[in-house]
Amino acid sequence: MVRFSFIFLFILLLFSSAIGQEATLPPAPSTDVMAKDTPNDAGGSITISWKKSPDDIGTVREENKVKGYEILRSTEGKGEYEVLGKTTAGSEIYFDTHAHNGVPYYYKVRALGIQSFSESLPSAPAKAKAQWIDWRRKYTFLLALIVALSIVYFINQAKSGKQLFIRKIAGLEAVEDAVGRATEMGRKIFYIPGISDMDSMQTIAGVTILGQVAKKTAEYEAKLEVPTSRSLVMVSCRETIKEAYSNAGRPDLYNEDMVYYLTDDQFGYTAAVDGLFVREKPAAVFLQGQFYAESLILAETGNYVGAIQIAGTAQPAQLPFFVAACDYTLIGEELFAASAYLSRDPKLLGSLKGQDVGKFIFLFFIIVGSLFLTFGIYDLSFLFR
Amino acid sequence: MKFLEKLLAVDRRIIFLFIAIAVALPLFFVVKLHIEVTPVVRNLHNALEALPPGSKVLVSLDYDPGSMPELQPMAESFFRYCFNRDLKVIIMGLWPNGPIQANVALEVVLKEPEIMKKNLKYGIDYVNLGYTAGNEVVIERMGSDIPVTFPKDYSGNKTEDLPLMKGVMNFNNIDFVYNLSAGYPGTVEWVLFAVDPYKVKLGAGNTAVQAPQIYPYLNSGQLVGLLGGMKGGAEFEIATGYPAKAVRYMFSQSVAHAVICLFILLGNFAYFATRKKKGS
Amino acid sequence: MRREIPLAITAIVGFALIIVYFIPHPPFNASKDFFEDLFFIIAAFAIWLGCLNLLKVNADKVYLKKKGWPFSIVVWFGFFLMVIVGFWEGRGFMNPGTTFYYLYDKLYYPLNATMFSILAFFVASASYRAFRARNKEATILLIAALFVMLGRVPFGYYLSSWLPEGWRLGNITDWIMDFPQTAAQRAIMIGIALGIVSSSLRVLLGLERTFASGE
Repeated sequence: MVRFSFIFLFILLLFSSAIGQEATLPPAPSTDVMAKDTPNDAGGSITISWKKSPDDIGTVREENKVKGYEILRSTEGKGEYEVLGKTTAGSEIYFDTHAHNGVPYYYKVRALGIQSFSESLPSAPAKAKAQWIDWRRKYTFLLALIVALSIVYFINQAKSGKQLFIRKIAGLEAVEDAVGRATEMGRKIFYIPGISDMDSMQTIAGVTILGQVAKKTAEYEAKLEVPTSRSLVMVSCRETIKEAYSNAGRPDLYNEDMVYYLTDDQFGYTAAVDGLFVREKPAAVFLQGQFYAESLILAETGNYVGAIQIAGTAQPAQLPFFVAACDYTLIGEELFAASAYLSRDPKLLGSLKGQDVGKFIFLFFIIVGSLFLTFGIYDLSFLFR
Repeated sequence: MKFLEKLLAVDRRIIFLFIAIAVALPLFFVVKLHIEVTPVVRNLHNALEALPPGSKVLVSLDYDPGSMPELQPMAESFFRYCFNRDLKVIIMGLWPNGPIQANVALEVVLKEPEIMKKNLKYGIDYVNLGYTAGNEVVIERMGSDIPVTFPKDYSGNKTEDLPLMKGVMNFNNIDFVYNLSAGYPGTVEWVLFAVDPYKVKLGAGNTAVQAPQIYPYLNSGQLVGLLGGMKGGAEFEIATGYPAKAVRYMFSQSVAHAVICLFILLGNFAYFATRKKKGS
Repeated sequence: MRREIPLAITAIVGFALIIVYFIPHPPFNASKDFFEDLFFIIAAFAIWLGCLNLLKVNADKVYLKKKGWPFSIVVWFGFFLMVIVGFWEGRGFMNPGTTFYYLYDKLYYPLNATMFSILAFFVASASYRAFRARNKEATILLIAALFVMLGRVPFGYYLSSWLPEGWRLGNITDWIMDFPQTAAQRAIMIGIALGIVSSSLRVLLGLERTFASGE
């Protein structure tokens, strides 16, 4: 009996040491470690790729022998290697973003097990260098060039006197009516140029439209007020209105207090403007620029006080609110087209035609690409990556 | 007829009263509702489940108190999930209030008994890098050098001295990015300036108003998953097995939606009825 | 010169940044970093400009006793209260437990949340007014709105759980969000992108000058 228990204990010990050895056995090393300069960058980066360890099942799980990889680097193939970084199991790529240009680097990949690791053979040396052209953006460049050249072409066409057709935009046709209404009722016009700063194209578009609206208010002698959310926008709006009134021959009607700064805070500004709407009861409200959550609050209050409202924004999330609450809405690109539309300046109208060329290109690729993918012919999406 | 005409032009304060009751009253009741987890949320959860313990998750809170009802429950449930799974959390914000909102969420989550057992330490298990001005330029800079973009954390400690930040140089050293966004800068900027150039794995939570705008990025694979509005937050809580605030608030949202739908139907009924009478 | 100099700066900086986008090689990448640093600095200064302007505008209101001048005193009080408390707290002024955090949590947050909450009421009144089946398009909009509003909440499940999988309100909502809604968003985004390209080109070429105090 005692002999049997010793034999049993011996077998148990053998078994447990085998399991322990299993845990201490390193995983198979990764292979085919390659290092090359990361393309399309300003240098200082090397891309290291490898074939993962045969013991790596590719996902992070308890049963995966490989717990991750360490990437080692040296400036001499047979010299000392330093640990550069770590990646998770299943990885086969790493970017060394701390390489000096022109310096040869050698890389090894260490497959990490539970208690041990195995190292790959070193890679061939690689040097980081800067590229002159980012080839990933070649299609973007091509498209931008085509659109830009089309715009320039149509601007020249317009300059030469060719009549360009622009479809009617109801919201812009209503500007004169809105200003006229305010004059008849003897009530104010409020112009809200959005809540973003002058670095936003939508704000610039809004300020540009303000110039056209101010010209009309000068002609009609209507009272215009422009509360702004940014001090830079306030400065720009003041200059714009001053210039517009001057060009309309009514510099005497311009007053600096027509444009004033309220606050940068989104809802503080909204509360202040709402208060102005409710107290002043304007006849017309223009909401032109970049808006966020305050769009519906402003538009509903304007609707409540009975003002005619013409809104315009390129914020897709806010468009439904304006459409629901305002009389007219300029949707997306119509906001950018407004200055050209209102001024009827041939050069600006020409740029709108150039835009249409870009749209036709997109339409072509959408239709052709969708048909190709539907019938499994070819995937054109690589052009837009 | 007069009643129908009055209904067409009902004083909006009556509508406001109904909405106030519809939103407020359900909050006093705890009603368990069936919430199905949609694929967009399931994909986000699966991507997080694939991260091993110890993975570094960058959380960018890009919202202010106005969006707290929708996004704060998402922040809390995400932190809770990360801490339970031993994921390391690096917090930052592209909005000035973002890091403050993070502190508010951490205050709630760190006091929970399950999380307290973990004995989490600031600087080792989580850090708050604070806010830096610059919007998308901040994201671009992080692509090459995070310590330079955030030299100090929100408390003024040097980033390089924080144990969690050792070896975190750029997006290469971040395993997952999670963005809670209420506008600009937000998820769109993270897609344009982090996912496209640096191939970052990105999941997002957005307000219900903003979420439709993000769907194109989901379908193109630039985003692994999306929590849209409070419903998305509730789905995430269900998926992670910790129903909390978002699930509780869904009853209130459901009743409010139902009341709005009833008003719309009523309005259309009155519209057609008055039109018919005028026609005859 | 007053007009020409800003237009020249706009054109040079604008075209330089476009070139930098396609050429990563030094010194172009350094100029990108340089402009980014400038942007950081200007953004920080703009905050100061805004604060000083806010104080000046409200001080003028109080001095000239314009309409609503007592509220300008409230603005001054609120501004200096937060600034002084923030500086007094020093490092970690945003930490829970500080006076700054208390003011943020008890004053700023509820005020902000209140304004945002108005949206819930206004959405209802706007929906009541706008979603009328006046014509074909308005009817489609109305039906889609009803599907999405009910499909996005658990009530949608209870109303349609008896229907086969794929036809329930939640499934229809997912389909509307994934397909027609996404397609429309993409179309609007493409149009906006082209509008921005065209608008930016007009600004860079000096055709659009209103923002720089020109016609």
